[in-house]
Amino acid sequence: MYEKDGEQYFIVDAHIALWDARAENQLNVHGKQFIDCFYDYHRNLSPESEVWPYEDYLYQGGDRLMKDLFDDGYVDHAIFQPARLGEFYRNGFGQTEEALALTSKYPEKLTYNHNWDPRFEQAGLDQLRRDAERMNLKGVKLYTAEWHGDSRGYKLDDPWTRRYLEECLTLGIKNIHVHKGPTIRPLDRDAFDVADVDKVATDYTELNFIVEHVGLPRLEDFCWIATQEPNVYGGLAVAMPFIHTRPKYFAQIIGELLYWIGEDRILFSSDYALWTPKWLIERFVDFEIPADLPEYPALTTEQKKKILGLNAAALYGLDVPRQLRLPAPAGAR
Amino acid sequence: MTTAVSVEAEVLSALATVHDPELDQPVTELGFVRSVTIDDAGVEVHLRLPTSFCAPNFAFLMVSDAYDALSVVPSLGRIRVLLDDHHDSDKINGGLAAGAGYTGTFGVEAEESLDELRGTFQRKAHFAAMERCCRSVLAGGAWSLEELPLLELFDLPEGPLKSALLRRREAIGLPTGSHARVLVDHDGNPIAKSDVTLWLRLAAATRVSIEGNAHFCRGLLATRYEGTDPAVPVVTNTRSHS
Repeated sequence: MYEKDGEQYFIVDAHIALWDARAENQLNVHGKQFIDCFYDYHRNLSPESEVWPYEDYLYQGGDRLMKDLFDDGYVDHAIFQPARLGEFYRNGFGQTEEALALTSKYPEKLTYNHNWDPRFEQAGLDQLRRDAERMNLKGVKLYTAEWHGDSRGYKLDDPWTRRYLEECLTLGIKNIHVHKGPTIRPLDRDAFDVADVDKVATDYTELNFIVEHVGLPRLEDFCWIATQEPNVYGGLAVAMPFIHTRPKYFAQIIGELLYWIGEDRILFSSDYALWTPKWLIERFVDFEIPADLPEYPALTTEQKKKILGLNAAALYGLDVPRQLRLPAPAGAR
Repeated sequence: MTTAVSVEAEVLSALATVHDPELDQPVTELGFVRSVTIDDAGVEVHLRLPTSFCAPNFAFLMVSDAYDALSVVPSLGRIRVLLDDHHDSDKINGGLAAGAGYTGTFGVEAEESLDELRGTFQRKAHFAAMERCCRSVLAGGAWSLEELPLLELFDLPEGPLKSALLRRREAIGLPTGSHARVLVDHDGNPIAKSDVTLWLRLAAATRVSIEGNAHFCRGLLATRYEGTDPAVPVVTNTRSHS
C-alpha cells in the first residue's frame, strides 16, 4: 500500500520475474546478448540512484525480490510472468521452481503465472494440464518471439495456439499475457503487429488478453484493436520508466491509452527486475499531464488507483481491503 | 575547373538517403553508421543498432538499402556493408556478401519479399506527417476541424512540415499537386467530415508511437555504445588517389 496526501493506493505489480542470467546458466552468446539488452534498458531509463551494478542484475534471488517489492516497494500483490527462453539459458530464464516455492510461501502476496509454447504441440498441451493443476494457474505469459529449433516465433491465431487457448478456457486460465517480439515467421511482415491478438480476442471472448508493453513499439495498432475488443488490456511494463527519462512521451502514452481504451483496462507493472517498483509508484502518483499537451485531460486520483492496482485485482480476483477500494458510485448497491 | 567533392562526403551523403523504415529517420542521424573505411580497393561501412535483438527484417532492409545507395556512387570500387553486434549479423552479412537477397538470406523464415513491410511503414510515416501538418494548421487558427477535409497542399505554408509530407506522399504514390487534399486515407481518398476527429486521433497515436520509438532507440544506442559520439561515424580514408 502506498499513501500520499491522504490518499491510499492498493498496489498490484502485474509483471515481475525471478530470473537467472548468470554466466553458468547462459547456453550461448544469445543468453548474454539478451541480459545485456535488458541491462541497457535498465541503465538507459532508470534515475542514476536506481541503477544496479551489472552483477546484481544477473540474478536477484527470492529474498532480494521480496525486499524490493514488498518491504521497500509498496507492492501489495505481484504476479510472476516468466519468459522461458529455452534456447538461450540452460535452466530457462524465469526460474520456475524458485518462483513457485516463493509463491507457496507467500500466497497472499504472490501469484505465479506460467508459460507455454504451441510448437510443443500435443506434448506441450499435456504438460499444460499438469502445470495448471500443480501451479494453480490463473494466467499465462506468452512470448511470441521465443526461439524454438529453426523457428523464432509464432502467432496467436496459429492452429496449435488456438488449441492451447481452448485448453486454457477449460482449465480456468483466464488471463493471457502477451508479449510481442521481433521475430515471427515469415519475416516478411511486422512481427510487432497485434492483428493476431485481435483475431483471438474476438474468438475467445471469455479470455482476457493483456498486451504487455501496451503494444509498444506499435502503440497505435494496439489502441486501435483494444477499442474494438473489450477483453483486451494494456500492461505498462517497460512503458512506466519513461516517466523519468521522457515524461512528455509517458504522458502521451497514458493520454492515448485513456482516450482509446479507458481507465479500467490499464495495468501497472515495474517489470521487476528490469526496474524496481518504489520509484515508479512514487513518480506515477505525483505525475501530471504537462501543460504543453492540452489535447489530454488531467489524470485523476481515481484513475491512478485503478491503474496501480484495482484493475489487476479485479482480473485476478484479489481481495482488496475495504478502505482501499473506490467508493461505490451513487445509486449502486 | 572542377569542384571536387570528397569521396568521404559522397559516401556519407549516399548513406544519408537510407532511412530506418520503422523510425522514419536517416541512419546517419540515428547514429547507426559506426564507421566508413575507404582505401584503394573500395569502401567498407559498418552499421550498428541499439540492441542485439532489433528486428532482423528491418536490419536487413537497412543493410541492403545502404549497399544499394553506395552502388550508385561512381568509382567507389568494391563495396562492403556489414552489420555489427546483432544476433543475425553473420546471417545478414553473409547473405549480402553472397548477393543472396532477402529470401536467400533468411531461408525458411522468408516467404516472398519485404515490400509489404516497407509499405506498411511508409504509410505510417505518411500518416504521422499528415497529422503534423493538420495540427499546425489547426493551431494557426485559420482552419477548423470541420473545414479540414477541404485543406489542399496549396494551403500549407512552405516549410519542413510540408516538404516532409510531400516526400512521404511520393513514397506511397499519392498525388503531390497543389490541389490534392491533405487529409486522406492510405489510398488517397478524402476523409469524410464525420470521421475527421477519429482519423486525426489515430494519426496522432501513430505519430506518438514513431517519435517515442525513435527517442527510445537513440537512448539505447547511446547507452550501448557509451563513450563514442553516436552522431559521428569514424571515417578513415587511405586512398592514394582522389
